[in-house]
Amino acid sequence: MNMVQAINDALDIKMAEDKEVVVFGEDVGVEGGVFRVTENLQKKYGSDRCFDTPLAESGIIGAAVGMCAAGLRPVVEMQFSGFLYPAFNQIVSHAARFHNRSRGRYKMPMVIRMPYGGGINALEHHSESMEAFYGHTPGLKVLIPSTPYDAKGLLTTAIESDDTIIFMEPKRIYRAIKQEVPEEKISIPIGKSKVLNEGSDVTVIAYGALIREVQKAIVLAKQAGISVELIDLRTIYPLDKESIAKSVKKTGRIITVAEGPKSFGVGAEISALMNEHAFLHLEAPPKRVQGFDTIVPLPMGEHFYMISPEKIFYEIERTVKF
Amino acid sequence: MFKEFDPINNKIFRIINNKGAVINEKWKPKIDDAKLIKAYKDMLYVRTADQMAVSFQRQGRMFTYPPNYGQEAISQALSMVWRKDDWLVPAFRELGAWLAKGATMKEVFLYFMGYEDGTVFKNAQNILPISVPIASQLIHAVGLGYAMKYKKEDKVVYGIIGDGGTSHGDFHEALNFAAVWEVPVVFIIQNNQYAISLPLKKQTKSINLAVKGVAYNIPSIYVDGNDLFAMYAAIQFATDHSRAGKGPVLIEALTYRKGAHTTSDDPTKYRTKAEEEEWFKTDPIDRLKSYLKIKKLSKDINEEKLIEQYKKEVDRQFTEAENYPKYKLEDVFNYLYTDMPDDLRNQMVEHENFLKWKEVRK
Ligand SMILES: Cc1ncc(C[n+]2csc(CCOP(=O)(O)OP(=O)(O)O)c2C)c(N)n1
Repeated sequence: MNMVQAINDALDIKMAEDKEVVVFGEDVGVEGGVFRVTENLQKKYGSDRCFDTPLAESGIIGAAVGMCAAGLRPVVEMQFSGFLYPAFNQIVSHAARFHNRSRGRYKMPMVIRMPYGGGINALEHHSESMEAFYGHTPGLKVLIPSTPYDAKGLLTTAIESDDTIIFMEPKRIYRAIKQEVPEEKISIPIGKSKVLNEGSDVTVIAYGALIREVQKAIVLAKQAGISVELIDLRTIYPLDKESIAKSVKKTGRIITVAEGPKSFGVGAEISALMNEHAFLHLEAPPKRVQGFDTIVPLPMGEHFYMISPEKIFYEIERTVKF
Repeated sequence: MFKEFDPINNKIFRIINNKGAVINEKWKPKIDDAKLIKAYKDMLYVRTADQMAVSFQRQGRMFTYPPNYGQEAISQALSMVWRKDDWLVPAFRELGAWLAKGATMKEVFLYFMGYEDGTVFKNAQNILPISVPIASQLIHAVGLGYAMKYKKEDKVVYGIIGDGGTSHGDFHEALNFAAVWEVPVVFIIQNNQYAISLPLKKQTKSINLAVKGVAYNIPSIYVDGNDLFAMYAAIQFATDHSRAGKGPVLIEALTYRKGAHTTSDDPTKYRTKAEEEEWFKTDPIDRLKSYLKIKKLSKDINEEKLIEQYKKEVDRQFTEAENYPKYKLEDVFNYLYTDMPDDLRNQMVEHENFLKWKEVRK
């Protein structure tokens, strides 16, 4: 199963199980989504449970807020993460605050799914990684899977969560990774990272499509005699700081790898946390391998922006040799 | 014209029918024969270039491209009415208008190959770059309109949007601002009846899209966008109105997207062959050709030869685009600010160091 199928499977299982789950967005019904993530759901569950909306992101999220207040569990799609901004107001001013504003009277059990990230030779606005916006917004939780298995498990948990979840899908690996995924329901807890590779010299924290790139860098590091511990974050907020600190206390070094702009990003948050929680164990300054503080270039320049295994290895080596 | 074709009555403004016969003499604009023949040739050029772009994409020589196939008359009419220094605020599916403004196919190819340089349109006067976030550009048109009024510049602003875009808040904000400020903006909706897979009837319950302007007290008209004469007349009327300081106008141009939404889309998923065939009969170029034939103006047009000549020209421009200088690291950084912050410069230098290291390691 690839990630598209795994997400579709999670939606399918939750729709079958819970009548309150509704799925909507631009082109998600008849077409089954521009990436085919919602394929067949309209056929199977009818057009009052999986449907196309008019073209208006603010309308989609605003309507989802109202549905949540009435007890539905909307799973909405933003066609690309770069087209979410018209809905920013509804997310930041309402979805993220309603529970607090109503002192718990109204829950906001909505999932906002969206493909994100670069590397697909796309037009402007189709390549960005702005998870830090949402991690920075009080009231939101942010999940990013790196495998089909995790995508299914995390989305299932997200749909069952009573809070608003930003669910970002690394579209570059939508179909690139195939994996055995159980047919039955699986759940992965929110806020729990996963050690993908044990090592002793340096801890690398990554998520989404970059896990693959780090895994390639680990091969290079091994050739250079460096042992890398890789942690897949899986949840951007709330961060699993205990697991990260535990690993850093073991290795004494930390590198964060993320595609979004470097300043005020996920890496900045993690390195601040490690300064707070593992300062005395650090043998080198925390390192951030991130996107530039620029717009993701159009395809001809995108290779400069994208984080390669070599770039990760380069920073691993410099950190270990520090 | 706007009274007679009040969109509330849902009557479409049309001058020639699908066979090229004039059905509305009263409002038929005077366009001289030479101009009509040139219009035909221009549209043929745009169509040829558009189809070649699609095939270059298929060959893997450029990336995602949104075809204009079937919508050529809207851009063409616009280019016959505007003055060179009027403003164009594009969306992304009005190739003919960009070219008429002074953009080149080479630039268009560059953009869809993945160079930002391709949307600068540096030899085109008063044009904004291509805008991908649906509907957002329309408010820029209003701002330009305000500036034209404020600076007492005698220029009209043309803002383009698709049918899907009319569902967006930005569309409504643009209309309202434009009306309140009485700015010289002509809004043109290219209603190609689809927003990717979503057909118009699921996009809106309005009887047409022009009617949305009525509530904002903007003169609005529902026009056959595949009828060059009707589009010309409507845009001429709108332009005169706006240029005279009477405020904005909204034109809905009904057309049909004969091609896919983009080269990554497959329309067979959401529409039928029968429907396509029905709408293909309204093709704007065929219609003008029929008109020219009836008027015995087509004798000297050798279509095959023209297309052959156009293909050569487009090919030449494509080759130039393919040989464009390589994208440089500094192209990623140089334009973000007028004055690059040190921190950003450091990121660039750091990456240069990495690239040097990589080179040595090879
Ligand atoms: C704000 C925003 N949301 C979603 C998209 C993705 N998208 C690109 S084109 C399109 C449909 C646009 O339809 P329409 O306005 O009718 O113009 P057309 O493409 O038919 O010319 C969508 C949804 C986008 N570009 N911007």
